[in-house]
Amino acid sequence: MDETRRGFLRAAGFTLLGASCASSLGACARALAGDPDPEALQAKRWAMIVDLPRCLQKEGCRACIDACHRAHNVPALPDPRREVKWLWKEPYEHAFAVEEREAEYGSAALKGKHVLVLCNHCDNPPCVRVCPTGATWKRPDGVVMMDEHRCIGCRYCVVGCPYGSRSFNWQDPRPFVQQVNEEFPTRTRGVVEKCNFCVDRLARGLMPACVEACRQVGPAAIGFGDLGDERSALAGTLRSRFSIRRKPHLGTSPQVFYIV
Amino acid sequence: MLEKALTGSRRYFGLVAILLAVIAAGVLAYLFQLSHGLQVTGLGRDVPWGLYIAQFTFMVGVAASAVMVVLPYYLHDYKAFGKLAILGEFLAIPSVICCMLFVFVDMGQPMRVANLFLHPTPRSVMFWDIMVLSGYLLLNIVISRVTFTAERRGLPAPRWIRPIILLSIPWAVSIHTVTAFLYSGLAARPFWMTAILAPRFLASAFASGPSLLILLCMLVRRTTRFDPGREAIQKLGEIVAYAMATNVFFVLLEIFTALYSDIPEHLHHFRYLYLGIEGKTALVPWMWTSSALAVLALFLLLIPRARKSDRGLTLAAVAVLGSLWIDKGLGMVVTGFVPSPLGHVQEYWPTLLEGTIAVGVYAVGGLLLTVLYRVATSVREELQA
Repeated sequence: MDETRRGFLRAAGFTLLGASCASSLGACARALAGDPDPEALQAKRWAMIVDLPRCLQKEGCRACIDACHRAHNVPALPDPRREVKWLWKEPYEHAFAVEEREAEYGSAALKGKHVLVLCNHCDNPPCVRVCPTGATWKRPDGVVMMDEHRCIGCRYCVVGCPYGSRSFNWQDPRPFVQQVNEEFPTRTRGVVEKCNFCVDRLARGLMPACVEACRQVGPAAIGFGDLGDERSALAGTLRSRFSIRRKPHLGTSPQVFYIV
Repeated sequence: MLEKALTGSRRYFGLVAILLAVIAAGVLAYLFQLSHGLQVTGLGRDVPWGLYIAQFTFMVGVAASAVMVVLPYYLHDYKAFGKLAILGEFLAIPSVICCMLFVFVDMGQPMRVANLFLHPTPRSVMFWDIMVLSGYLLLNIVISRVTFTAERRGLPAPRWIRPIILLSIPWAVSIHTVTAFLYSGLAARPFWMTAILAPRFLASAFASGPSLLILLCMLVRRTTRFDPGREAIQKLGEIVAYAMATNVFFVLLEIFTALYSDIPEHLHHFRYLYLGIEGKTALVPWMWTSSALAVLALFLLLIPRARKSDRGLTLAAVAVLGSLWIDKGLGMVVTGFVPSPLGHVQEYWPTLLEGTIAVGVYAVGGLLLTVLYRVATSVREELQA
């Protein structure tokens, strides 16, 4: 082979390699430096309150669900057995695992009422405990995160979650995302996903999509704030109102509170 | 030694060809699953684990059961198991490989399997299960190779192998204990969250594994000139009798606790298993078949005259295997999900494709077993001659 041509090709190859290394290194450095947006919302312990009586005033309202699923490219899959859901409604007795007779009398007022459910971002999350690759973990501010790039799709977390809050992608979800939000990644098939307490929005100084959407349609039924800060509005509400959590006896310590 | 696998009768090669064909069908089905995702299975939101993970659980038991041959032979110097030990170890090796394959075909992102080793996470029971299973595979490969090579040369096994053999005894117990811990440590699933799950798994393993070994011995005796010995096979029958009785006892203990305490979240699962809920009864006929087979097996095993006849013992072994395969390979895993933590009663039944993949995995195990048994029996025939 012509000596100069080989030299040229080699030089060109190394140049390309070098350039791509440099550009990806630059991106890595920017990501690692990770200067947080000065506007970013921060907390010791993020938590959520769902004011059920207020939420139930608008039965059939889907403002929060639609906003959430739009913001996070959650696919609308036709088969209910294989749905992917971050935020949805379940009958009260299912959401709170209420025993039949209890549902008939003790909490009859709420029987069959549709209650908002999502990942509880447990303080002691069983999903994190069982994950064999560390693809799901808890941040210092309490948000239970999911790395869909590390997930091997074993579904042990789905099996370990006592709230049915985790969704597995049984098929390629992308064709079922109606309008792709370019600011948030879509997922591939074969991985697990769930609510992320809108960490992507918090980092930009925005409240979670569901909270904002709910506020827009009328008396705000979803509260979000810092449980670790005594002076936060959320901590104040929890001190003054009676609230319940889903399956507290399991010791997972859910961080989503329901005012009944 | 492995070159023995390349020679054999037409029947041997016929069996190998059939198994290869089944494996090919399984591989094709798996490629389809790989390109379409796990939507091709019967699984879904409410029942995220099914046939694959259930077969994995069942085969861990078969793998662990080699200890029922190894322990009497090496620890108690029970000579009659001398010829059997290698058959037990050669059953354990393909069983562990089946286990690993069943977990692999269940993965949503199989190309990321290396993440299990790149990001080892000791707080997950799955991490420990992978550790003990691979360790057990290694132990059995080393032990069977060293002892069998020595035997073939007419030498005693080297001394250094003995501590390794002794280590394999608690190790066998560990693989099924840790596999039970995968399930019994989950607050989300009351059906599995019972301390008796590990002992129950072990009891059913020590009944089903030796039953399979009995059937294999009968087959070996009929198709080759190598005879593992009547006394050894009969002793296996006794082991199965004890283990099966213990297993049935453990199941009854579980049923008592659920029924008498009358706590709905425990009761629901048993109701689903044996009666069905909300008209969903897919498993009910199977579970009653399993119970009937268990009763038949116990009847045959506990009556000495029945157990001591070859036909009675064979029938008992088939009944034990059938009963426990239904119990573990069909009922145990799926029922943990019905009803789901959200109270949904969603039934699961494997698809044809899922079944083909599972049969394909079993065929891989079968092929490996055939080859290993061909080696073992032909070396034995040589030694006898």
